[in-house]
Amino acid sequence: MTDATAAERPIRAKGALRRLAERPLALFGLFLILLVVGGAVLAPLVAPFDPSEQHFDGLTIEGAPLPPGGVFLLGTDLLGRDLLSRILWGARTSLIIGVAANGLALVIGTLVGLTAGYFRGWIGAVLMRFTDLMMAFPALLLAICLAAIFQPSLWIVAMVIAFVNWVQTARVIFTETSALSEREFIAAERTLGAGTGRILFRHILPHLLPTIIVWGTLGISTTVLLEATLSYLGVGVQPPTPSWGNIIFENQTYFQSAPWLVFIPGAAILLLALAFNLVGDALRDVLDPTQRGRD
Amino acid sequence: MKRLLASTAVMLALALPAAAQDYTPDPNAKPGGTITITYKDDVATLDPAIGYDWQNWSMIKSIFDGLMDYVPGTTQLRPGLAESYEISEDGLTYTFKLRPGVKFHNGREMVAEDLKYSLDRVTLPATQSPGAGFFGSIKGFDAMADGSATTLEGVTVVDPSTVRIELSRPDATFLHVMALNFASVVPKEAVEAAGADFGKQPVGTGAFKLGEWTLGQRLVFEKNADYWRAGVPYLDSIVFEVGQEPIVALLRLQNGEVDVPGDGIPPAKFTEVMADPAQAERVVEGGQLHTGYITMNVTQPPFDNLQVRQAVNMAINKQRITQIINGRAIPATQPLPPSMPGYTEGYEGYPHDVEKAKALLSEAGFADGFETELYVMNTDPNPRIAQAIQQDLSQIGIKASIQSLAQANVIEAGGNGSAPMIWSGGMAWIADFPDPSNFYGPILGCAGAADGGWNWSKFCDEALDAKATEADSLADPARAEERLKLWSDVYTGVMEKAPWVPVFNEQRYTMKSARMGGDDSLYVDPVSIPVNYDYVFVTE
Amino acid sequence: MPAYLLRRLFQSALILLGVSLVTFILLYVLPADPVRQIAGRSATPQVVENIRRQLGLDQPFLVQYGRYLWGLLQGDFGRSYLQKTDVATLIAARLPATLQLMGGAILCELVLGLTMGIVAALRRGRALDQGLMIVSFVAVSAPQFVVSLLLLYVFAVKLGWFPIGGYGTLSHLVLPAVTLGILGSGWYSRMMRSSMIDVLRQDYIRTARAKGLTRGRVILRHALPNAILPIVAMIGIDIGIFMGGIVVVESVFGWPGIGQLAWQAIQRIDIPIIMGVTMVSACAIVLGNLLADLVTPFIDPRIKLK
Repeated sequence: MTDATAAERPIRAKGALRRLAERPLALFGLFLILLVVGGAVLAPLVAPFDPSEQHFDGLTIEGAPLPPGGVFLLGTDLLGRDLLSRILWGARTSLIIGVAANGLALVIGTLVGLTAGYFRGWIGAVLMRFTDLMMAFPALLLAICLAAIFQPSLWIVAMVIAFVNWVQTARVIFTETSALSEREFIAAERTLGAGTGRILFRHILPHLLPTIIVWGTLGISTTVLLEATLSYLGVGVQPPTPSWGNIIFENQTYFQSAPWLVFIPGAAILLLALAFNLVGDALRDVLDPTQRGRD
Repeated sequence: MKRLLASTAVMLALALPAAAQDYTPDPNAKPGGTITITYKDDVATLDPAIGYDWQNWSMIKSIFDGLMDYVPGTTQLRPGLAESYEISEDGLTYTFKLRPGVKFHNGREMVAEDLKYSLDRVTLPATQSPGAGFFGSIKGFDAMADGSATTLEGVTVVDPSTVRIELSRPDATFLHVMALNFASVVPKEAVEAAGADFGKQPVGTGAFKLGEWTLGQRLVFEKNADYWRAGVPYLDSIVFEVGQEPIVALLRLQNGEVDVPGDGIPPAKFTEVMADPAQAERVVEGGQLHTGYITMNVTQPPFDNLQVRQAVNMAINKQRITQIINGRAIPATQPLPPSMPGYTEGYEGYPHDVEKAKALLSEAGFADGFETELYVMNTDPNPRIAQAIQQDLSQIGIKASIQSLAQANVIEAGGNGSAPMIWSGGMAWIADFPDPSNFYGPILGCAGAADGGWNWSKFCDEALDAKATEADSLADPARAEERLKLWSDVYTGVMEKAPWVPVFNEQRYTMKSARMGGDDSLYVDPVSIPVNYDYVFVTE
Repeated sequence: MPAYLLRRLFQSALILLGVSLVTFILLYVLPADPVRQIAGRSATPQVVENIRRQLGLDQPFLVQYGRYLWGLLQGDFGRSYLQKTDVATLIAARLPATLQLMGGAILCELVLGLTMGIVAALRRGRALDQGLMIVSFVAVSAPQFVVSLLLLYVFAVKLGWFPIGGYGTLSHLVLPAVTLGILGSGWYSRMMRSSMIDVLRQDYIRTARAKGLTRGRVILRHALPNAILPIVAMIGIDIGIFMGGIVVVESVFGWPGIGQLAWQAIQRIDIPIIMGVTMVSACAIVLGNLLADLVTPFIDPRIKLK
């Protein structure tokens, strides 16, 4: 039995990393992520200005923003703040929410999926019907309503997103857990008298790790996009905390005369979401045995 | 003594405003043509008892009439469906003589019963009218509001063309109230036929009638050929297109597809338009009965301290805030906007003086400042303005965190007194009628300070309230000047207590297509916003 | 099959019941008072209370929900608080615009996605394949509001090819439909690619080739239909994704659909409209999923209904 379990060891970290490194797209994604993380961590050092400072000379007499170039490298926003500094600090918002919200969603999703998949019976049925219910909600509407109920702050936004996003993970985990719990080595553990908790967390969970890692990475991309959309609608992160979404929200009336105010943060959102998608997809190929070889 | 008074209390007949005061139609005006107006937001309803949005306000004015009306382009009252009126000497009884031969769009002649029905309807709780409260001075209003009566005791049909309205207290604003949309005359049979859908199938006596309405897309108004005012309207029809972004509306105006963009010139295009003489020439600028303000909750520390409120007043850089909205406003010194009667000329208010503000704060015991929250509605440009305010406050050590929420949530937080500070933008006060009293009761008076009221400062000063009541009981038009002086004192009194920071008064900039004719004042009409549809015309 | 269908329909009804309950609870605990919105700024406390009573909003939660549900069962969505109009009428007036937009989006995502997927599969492993797959990643990573603004800026403002928002003609439809379709095209291109690669590996394709049919003929006649069908069944699932997107896309393009209706209602707590749009969306999503599940076995005999 121990042999079988060892053979099933899900993660062969070294091999996986090596195969990942062979993929140029994944490397590109990793590079982008590192870039954003670097910008976010080093923002206090690299950002030329305080992101919230409304410079007196940051607006024209008529109140129009300044174009890129000069003192303000990427120009200023409609309040005369330095756009580059806001983008750098905004990376923090995206990453914090991306990691926190998605982490929370992953935990909820895994717990629900694991419980439902292992216990089946009425617990499983109730939990899975609940995920069906969540699937039937127009996600954005739900998120907007929730954001309105809990007056939004960075952490509330993260929780709202987590609450909307855990469903996909739960379904995937459920399917895998149901399959796993019928496997011989689990049945054997059970007859040997192992406790439920032990089986779930020592034997099943490790097998789910590849799935969790893949969904965790792909999910960050969804989360980043949802945060940006909420902030773009004005129900996300509160000003003056910069977020790439609320930069666009605040400046979009000028998108014809000052398109950089919309498209620079827009490009940032796209690149970050793209990066997590590329890495997540590569991880799926590398980690997921059922997918391997399919290209 | 009593008897003597009673015998001398004869009816005081008032001369109607002389014809010279009324609007002189443009001699070049010619009838015909169709114009297109755009709005971003949908038109919710055209029921005069319900409609209270800024885009349906003037539409309803064109479909319905009330007893009173305004001289186009001004804030001056003139009779509408009333041919004449008399006010008793004690100011408690108004007798209106109705204009004969006025017909509803359905062809029936309007009679005194219709007026009574309409006033009953708007005050009946079942109608759910947001304007019911305006009629509070009519005798019997309270019985209507608590459901113990179904008809207003104070409104009596004397004969088919005469109505007598008795008030329970003198109300100098009563004629203005009779000019509100809420006081429009509606035909009972049409209201009952349409049921709750009257707002989508309106029937009135106005210059235009509703032609077609495609929900969420467009409305067409058609000329009422039987309109009782001779010579107007000029236009054959008006097309309102809704769901149009202001920026799209402006580009279409530049293309010649739109005649008036109802939401005005979008900020991002403002500089461009004003820089081009050909376009700037078609922009009409006018005052607006609007004030944007910051409220401070005077019942909560630290804003219960007068010095703190004065310090905040001095900390705000109003010039910078008007710059953020492209200079389309003028910094405000007092609650009333400059175009409102009763505005105190020469009153300087609180200067922008950071040093003095800091000094005041430390006198108040907040040398190191404090933390607070600033609520704001989450539509552009309000969160931006809130951030400018936030930066100004940080200059004197006040750390205000912004709560940018949906309109309804801000109103709730303001009403229940949980919001220490609110930037009023998006929900700011625009006068219902051009009279100084309209800026007091609901937003600065004790009545509005109750739980759920719009007096978000929860400011309640008994002495000022008494003075306001005194001013409003001066119903005699001969004492109008005296009354305005009283109101001016009320508002300077408010400023001494500083429950608000009056920030700016928005200016209106309406743009029109080259073919639009009519006096400029019609395009910045203080009452019919954005345009007085009944009097404009096309030149081509 | 009928038993399965009945069970699924019953489940769907339960799900919709759950959606209505959860939404109703959310709107009930909202820290904003819809009555204040109706009563307006000049209302006296008495007027406010009167309106509350008229609307039955003074009743306990269960009574309110019960009344709503009872109405819903009779097809009555209630009346808008602010417009006083039947919510069903309001939604019905705007639904055609939303359906048109979704139709356009589905067309766009299928055309773009399937073409990209087929081309990539046929050029598997080459530069074109990799390029297209990068494009598909970009498509699923692009925030819809940025795409809307970008398309608007480039094709409407700068090039003037399409109108800057609005509704009515086909040219009004293009930009919003493309915006909404781009996300899906990314997913479809990837699914189409692997589906096509799978089919091309099948024996009957090899047989056909061995029989001497030209490559073009084999692909068109044999490979394509088999590869496309399983993917078309996925359209039902797209509806849920679209429902999220329309709020943003309709408001950027000024498209008079139910997304705008919902957004305006949310701003002003017009609860009957929010409930109505949520229920209609949830219905569409549930039906879409059901259809996808029902259609799949006909297309792909390997999958059986359980």
